[in-house]
Amino acid sequence: MIIKEIQNMTLCALKQGMKDKDFTSLEITEVLLSRINGLGATLNAFITVTAEQAIKEAKDADKLIATGKDKPLLGLPIAHKDLFCTDGVLTSCASKMLHNFIPPYDASVVKNLKASGAIMLGKTNMDEFAMGSSNETSYYGPVKNPWNLDLSPGGSSGGSATAVAACLVPAATGTDTGGSIRQPAALTGITGIKPTYGRVSRFGMIAFASSLDQGGVFTRSVEDAALLLGEMAGFDENDSTSVDVPVPDYLGGINQPVKGLKIGLVRQHFDAGLDDDNAIAVKEALDVLKDQGAVIIDIDLPNIELSVPTYYVVASAECSSNLSRYDGVRFGYRAENYKDLNEFYCKTRGEGFGAEVKRRIMTGTYVLSAGYYDAYYLKAQKVRQLISQDFKKAFEKVDLIAGPTTPSPAFSLGAKMDDPIEMYLNDIYTIGANLAGLPGMSIPCGFVNGLPVGLQLVGKHFGEESLLQCGHHYQQATDWHLQIPEQFK
Amino acid sequence: MLRRLQLSLNKEQIKYLAILSRMDIQDSEIKDVVDKLSRIVEFVDQLQAVSTEGTEPMAHPLEQGQRLRIDKVTEDNQREKIQLNANETNNGMYLVPKVID
Amino acid sequence: MNSNWEIVIGLEIHAQLATKSKIFSGASTAYGGEPNTQACLVDLGYPGTLPVLNQQAIEMAIRFGLAVDAEISSRSVFARKNYFYPDLPKGYQISQLDLPIVVGGNMSILDGDGNEKIIGITRAHLEEDAGKSVHEGLDGLSGIDLNRAGTPLLEIVSEPEMSSAREAVAYMRKIHSIVRYLEISDGNMQEGSFRCDANVSIKRFDQKELGTRAELKNLNSFKFIEKAINHEVMRQIEIIEDGGEVKQETRLYDSDLDETRPMRSKEEANDYRYFPDPDLLPVIIDETYIAYIKKTLPELPNAKQQRFIETYNLKVSDAQILTTTKQLADFYEAVEKIANTESQISANWVIGDYTAALNRDDLEIKDAKLSAADLAGLLNKIADQTISGKIAKEVFEAMWDGEGSAEEIIESKGLVQITDDSEIETIIDQVIENNPSQLAEYLSGKDRLFGFFVGQVMKETKGKANPQKVNEILKNKLT
Repeated sequence: MIIKEIQNMTLCALKQGMKDKDFTSLEITEVLLSRINGLGATLNAFITVTAEQAIKEAKDADKLIATGKDKPLLGLPIAHKDLFCTDGVLTSCASKMLHNFIPPYDASVVKNLKASGAIMLGKTNMDEFAMGSSNETSYYGPVKNPWNLDLSPGGSSGGSATAVAACLVPAATGTDTGGSIRQPAALTGITGIKPTYGRVSRFGMIAFASSLDQGGVFTRSVEDAALLLGEMAGFDENDSTSVDVPVPDYLGGINQPVKGLKIGLVRQHFDAGLDDDNAIAVKEALDVLKDQGAVIIDIDLPNIELSVPTYYVVASAECSSNLSRYDGVRFGYRAENYKDLNEFYCKTRGEGFGAEVKRRIMTGTYVLSAGYYDAYYLKAQKVRQLISQDFKKAFEKVDLIAGPTTPSPAFSLGAKMDDPIEMYLNDIYTIGANLAGLPGMSIPCGFVNGLPVGLQLVGKHFGEESLLQCGHHYQQATDWHLQIPEQFK
Repeated sequence: MLRRLQLSLNKEQIKYLAILSRMDIQDSEIKDVVDKLSRIVEFVDQLQAVSTEGTEPMAHPLEQGQRLRIDKVTEDNQREKIQLNANETNNGMYLVPKVID
Repeated sequence: MNSNWEIVIGLEIHAQLATKSKIFSGASTAYGGEPNTQACLVDLGYPGTLPVLNQQAIEMAIRFGLAVDAEISSRSVFARKNYFYPDLPKGYQISQLDLPIVVGGNMSILDGDGNEKIIGITRAHLEEDAGKSVHEGLDGLSGIDLNRAGTPLLEIVSEPEMSSAREAVAYMRKIHSIVRYLEISDGNMQEGSFRCDANVSIKRFDQKELGTRAELKNLNSFKFIEKAINHEVMRQIEIIEDGGEVKQETRLYDSDLDETRPMRSKEEANDYRYFPDPDLLPVIIDETYIAYIKKTLPELPNAKQQRFIETYNLKVSDAQILTTTKQLADFYEAVEKIANTESQISANWVIGDYTAALNRDDLEIKDAKLSAADLAGLLNKIADQTISGKIAKEVFEAMWDGEGSAEEIIESKGLVQITDDSEIETIIDQVIENNPSQLAEYLSGKDRLFGFFVGQVMKETKGKANPQKVNEILKNKLT
């Protein structure tokens, strides 16, 4: 098998290929590692590449395969966002604060995927502490969009998205707090899914905003997403917010037809904020689904415009507290010169955190502070309830909600760094699902000026199956998800 | 009753927030922080106009109660491994500048 | 105390709950381990770690709430209290603010005049303990040990209804007794498992509003609490009488100097920015669970005390002492069951000799060599006149040292009481014969010499003569 083919293959195809003895896990791993090595500097998608460990694991996997043993992901290479703790491997959250942090344990997600046989090729770049929508706040420098190296791939999971889109890995994990999987998936033309809140364990997933964070995946097909999600998900007794609901066979059930599926189109989505061309691509995608038997129904999410300010109050409040543990006492960056305890704290944290992180911590501190708590934090929690209720009402009429993932295609690196609000508004379509804890997925649905556009599907609580079935059917009737950037073919 | 809140923050407030959150903000950064944070606060202020009468705050998307763990010791001593990440220790204790009571 | 002033005291007690593992992690809560050997990743606030709630902590809190007649919240919430301190690894303490698990309740004490006074309890909530810091011997640095971080605490807040240091101590003793009765805390103040802060203020007799209060910390013994509060009251009175104002502040009690001084680190007002902890869900407690726990509650001190008074006909003060701890009460009842003596006699022995011996040797009841059955056996030997009460004390000491049962010791030391009339008469005759001058003096009116003769008889018989018989026969002989 030619190298070029291996790099473009999906997980399912690779799995079949190993089964058919077309190639070994070691061969796949070596191809991809050499690719990562060659293109590393160009894209800056990886912070750490675990080549030696990967080769060893690949060899072990091949031995196991030879004995006839099988595991769902045996011998398949993936990458992890550098926010998942990996035992013995640097986990930096793309921050100076953790640039030397080697966790002594694996995140539950990492453990689950390892147990299923997956091989880790490395840790991907991201926005610092997952705060950002463009992967420009990383201590290790920005990630480039493989469709145009002057553009951002989106964020915060920009590294994972780019790695998958540029065929450096067939799949990678990510986290999504306000859209950090779906938005980069849309901007890089791949599939990205954020499950229902509580579906995937947050233990070992370094916290940004606890009531919003969820771990998910980037893949080049919905089929792959179904495979990977099935192995990642599951109840974890180490996470109090993990839900004890059995994990369905996502991959096995993926061919359920979409005929009669009721898909809601949000009136509020299609307004001035959405690029005309994006709107067209999304509408065309819906036509395809209509052809497949889905029924499109107009719905309202009257409070959806409030989702961005609501999110910013809630997320910054939670992160301001979650990041208080970074003080140089037990691990992580510690300032060099300080004259007393207070200076020790202030310099360590002032030097260890980047500007965006500091801004969010201060915003969070502000909205929780005495005299402001009721007006901001408590208020935001109430508006969050309203937004959730809107979704609940909508789901009485429809099975899924469809719409654009982002207001426009990928933007230039540096374009939105001056105005935080402009950057925040990138997440306008994705944030609602985080606030309500609903599963959401972005799949490629077209191009605008050569840049990918994403279609977002949002489902009911624990309705991942519907999302995957619908997405899979769409991908069987279209080939947007098979497109690869010219430079990386 | 809607409170009329300040629409922007000033340098003193930023400095106070920096103290509360124990983060140094350089003098060269202050103006930019004041500017950006003011815009953020202005932006989130639009929530004030929303009527939330009779709405409960939503702390979690889940409607379940806290699970309870059986009272059992399940963690053993991992100090050596864990303290590989520590900056300064002495006899197993983490060292910091003197804490004055 | 100057009667123009009224003292207002409220106590905040932190009782460390006797769970095996921490409130939010599976690390051990055992006391005294090497630094950071019982601090797991969750306790250390490592990135990515999450809290999971210990069921026993909830159960213990509920037990307390039921014991003080409080309301158990059907829905309670954990909140983050945010502040920076090296012994607080996450930069926030998980505690409870708006919806604590226990609300209300009350505790009765005896006030200064010996009358019953009910002290209201505002609330009790669960929270995690912080670690410890060491400041000496580290070259100007401080060392942080996080073994204690994450140990469950029950913070019990009283209404500000105590009017004297004595009442405060009485209340604290009652709470101390309850938590040990319920076996939710070992109440060991030296080891820090029972800590107390006092909020103290004063006001003029006719003043309506409360005065500014000072918070006293580091009160780790009943003795210190009384001293600290008294000292603080004096300090406040002096300030006001000099025309000054009491500052609202936190003060540390220094037991060496017997004074309070302001705590430096608490000088700046701290904005704790409390908000519900998003890593934990609301704790839902239903009626059936509460009913189940209620059934497992032991008989509480007040009820036991009342029962002792009624069933055993004991004095109130005796009943109170015997029910101070469950262990002592159980011991007494075990003795009482077997012994054929009057309940009061058993009580006297338990409160007197037995407790004295425990205190003298610094022993717990469970570690003493003398069991309830042993003591009952001894008491029975008094009851059936085998030995006198006085001799019994000698036998007791021998039994305490593990020399054998009452029977064995009486036998081996030949301590059987002399009760035979003629035997006693013979000895009395001899004593009277040997002391003619005292006899003469007695017969001439020195009545108190009767005791001398009794003493001589006792000496002759090495204390074994039955005292009642001696008295009887001697009286007859001397008339």
